[in-house]
Amino acid sequence: MWKRLFSKKTNEEPAPQEKEAGFFGKLVAGLEKTKQGFVGKVEQVLSGRQVDEELFEELEEILIQADCGVSTSLYLVDQLRERAKEERITEGDRLREVLKEEILQLLQKDASPLKTPEEKPYVIMMVGVNGSGKTTTIGKLAHRFRQEKANVLLGAGDTFRAGAIDQLEIWAERTGSEFISHQAGSDPAAVAYDAISAAKARNSDVVILDTAGRLQTNVNLMAELGKVHRVVQRELGRDLDEVLLVVDATTGQNALSQAKRFQEAVPLTGLVLTKLDGTAKGGIILALANELNLAVKLVGVGEQYEDLQDFDAEAFVEALFGEGN
Amino acid sequence: MFQSLSTRLQETMRKLRGKGRLSESDVDQALREIRLALLEADVNYKVVRDFIAGVKERAVGHEVLSSLTPGQQVIRIVNEQLTELMGGSQAKLTLASKPPSVIMVVGLQGSGKTTTTAKLARMLKGKGHRPLLVAADVYRPAAITQLQVLGEQIEVPVFSLGEEDPVVIAKAAVEHGESYNHDVVLIDTAGRLHIDEELMTELVRIEGAVNPSEILLVVDAMTGQDAVNVAENFNKQLPIGGVVLTKLDGDARGGAALSVRAVTGKPIKFVGVSEKMDGLEPFHPDRMASRILGMGDVLTLIEKAVATVDQEKAEKMAAKLMEAEFTLEDFQEQLHQMKDMGPIDQLVGMLPGMGKQLQGMGIDDSHLVKIEAIINSMTPEERRRPEIIRSSRRKRIAMGSGTRVQDVNRLLKQFNQTKQLFKQFSAPSKGRRRRGLFSLFQ
Ligand SMILES: Nc1nc2c(ncn2[C@@H]2O[C@H](COP(=O)(O)OP(=O)(O)OP(=O)(O)O)[C@@H](O)[C@H]2O)c(=O)[nH]1
Ligand SMILES: [Mg+2]
Repeated sequence: MWKRLFSKKTNEEPAPQEKEAGFFGKLVAGLEKTKQGFVGKVEQVLSGRQVDEELFEELEEILIQADCGVSTSLYLVDQLRERAKEERITEGDRLREVLKEEILQLLQKDASPLKTPEEKPYVIMMVGVNGSGKTTTIGKLAHRFRQEKANVLLGAGDTFRAGAIDQLEIWAERTGSEFISHQAGSDPAAVAYDAISAAKARNSDVVILDTAGRLQTNVNLMAELGKVHRVVQRELGRDLDEVLLVVDATTGQNALSQAKRFQEAVPLTGLVLTKLDGTAKGGIILALANELNLAVKLVGVGEQYEDLQDFDAEAFVEALFGEGN
Repeated sequence: MFQSLSTRLQETMRKLRGKGRLSESDVDQALREIRLALLEADVNYKVVRDFIAGVKERAVGHEVLSSLTPGQQVIRIVNEQLTELMGGSQAKLTLASKPPSVIMVVGLQGSGKTTTTAKLARMLKGKGHRPLLVAADVYRPAAITQLQVLGEQIEVPVFSLGEEDPVVIAKAAVEHGESYNHDVVLIDTAGRLHIDEELMTELVRIEGAVNPSEILLVVDAMTGQDAVNVAENFNKQLPIGGVVLTKLDGDARGGAALSVRAVTGKPIKFVGVSEKMDGLEPFHPDRMASRILGMGDVLTLIEKAVATVDQEKAEKMAAKLMEAEFTLEDFQEQLHQMKDMGPIDQLVGMLPGMGKQLQGMGIDDSHLVKIEAIINSMTPEERRRPEIIRSSRRKRIAMGSGTRVQDVNRLLKQFNQTKQLFKQFSAPSKGRRRRGLFSLFQ
């Protein structure tokens, strides 16, 4: 019965109204500030202007200010330049649609929702740098699965950071999930192993593994992560369903290095973009899509367990450009 | 991912070599590259604009030192200007004249407040203070436990009232500190968004209730363009005294440092460089400048050496490098240590301007073996004063090391060039330029 959760997400097109309330509601609220910043500026620059080199440079500036990164911003503006020439666009206002299309294309290039479960337990591993929002996202996901009546088991794989085990345990209690932990300082691979075998023994539907935050440059800790992943894979006898890299929306260009190095340590299946309820533009996801072909699957828009949304590129861009609401 | 700035500038500037003076268009060309480098380092767009304008003013018409390329000259000015902008190194906390001093630690979620607060307490304790930690993050699950565990580790008491109103907690903590003779009270506040009015008001209320002598804003070094909004908002609502830049042990270029400094004018007092309790260091504007510019940094290399070698030796070496007093004896010493540090090509990558030159040159450990053999065959006196090594000595050294006289000649020549380079770099700005130790290997 918990399968409905996934099939609904993947097979059925949500009715427009449902979409409005679900993804749109919170996200639009969360993006309100982004919208004001980004769209405000785009409007300002484009409306009533003739298309010329100065205009392109100003657009580039706006994109860079949204953390899209130098190369991706240059790439997008080059696309615009080319299309303006080909399609003989001379009015600034018309460029807005073109920009939107180009961003959308980038974001949809590798987009996919959370994988549809095929076999129990459905296993998700959360990875990322310190403080990006891994544990909170696990709490939010556990809540979502519990809403669908799935049996969820959380594995306290962060045995390093002070209080990390207790933090996840509180989320397990709040969401009514089962909880597997070892002592602080113990081997995270052993916790992961136990979580998987417990899930098998108890016939759990979903296992979500927390891991300690680590900087991607720490060779030993990245190797440790690889080991945890291998242990899970072996115990599971197959690939994990999702390995999600959690990225804070306030992150700048370092997110590229994060994604690259984490990707080298474990096979990432997608991204979670957290803290979009702040003023950060989250433009870094354009750079991640453009340069590393990694797509966002989930979006965090607050600290409560309901503040998690499926990523929907169209809604994201719509919200960014202030249409549809 | 990106070409290093030094490499790019070298390319841009190759054509300009030999010019005696920088024209406006030369400077513009160089500044375009620097602008990109700063943006890639996440320095805020507007901050970059102002900064570039300032540099341009200084750089146009500047004399080019005969032996430096104009590109390096521009980098030099940029580096100096950046260092200056980031202020002197001021790792001083503002303490109250009458104890207890209250220090409030604030910032966004996940920036590293709790860890930083505990590190500060440990540092103060080491200096003979009697700190008290206060758990005022009542929102994030297990935040109080986190601080308690850290407090236990560093043997500093933690004051907590559970999930009480943080204003009440802070007030009670200061009273507790007073009666138990704590001279510094450090308050760990919950992470919050700068636009969260309710929670920002809470901070203002805490501030009003305990009158802190220092409010530190904790900023993650990986922050992007939004750093200015965050810093501006916190600073507008609270009298921020300084900034702590965290997670600098990663590879973030840390442009946020410059942005935050530019919008608040507040000094960066400390940097966080590891998850461990001793990972808090004073801020070095010069190091940060080279880091933001993406210039490899001999200091990083030396820091890496510290992990393998003992601290004192490494510091001495750094000082010598900068004062250009580096001898072959020191170099011999370094070679020994380097063997423990990892493959040579990785180390070389950390050096400024070396990337391209060294790629494909086949620098590997066998070069090291040769160089080491040559140096080992010298007398201590020769190592200290290489200028005495005349032709008969060269022959002897070559024989002794199983190399050719040309190898010895080359080593000596490159050693001298490197020393010269250090001298030029360090002379005007008190030795803040490092480069090219590894040209010895060419
Ligand atoms: N505003 C906001 N805060 C968030 C969001 N997601 C997480 N946070 C907060 O960010 C902080 C850090 O989150 P954690 O979930 O502990 O992050 P983590 O990646 O597990 O951190 P470590 O385990 O220390 O590496 C907490 O205060 C969370 O409440 C979000 O979407 N929006
Ligand atoms: Mg965590």
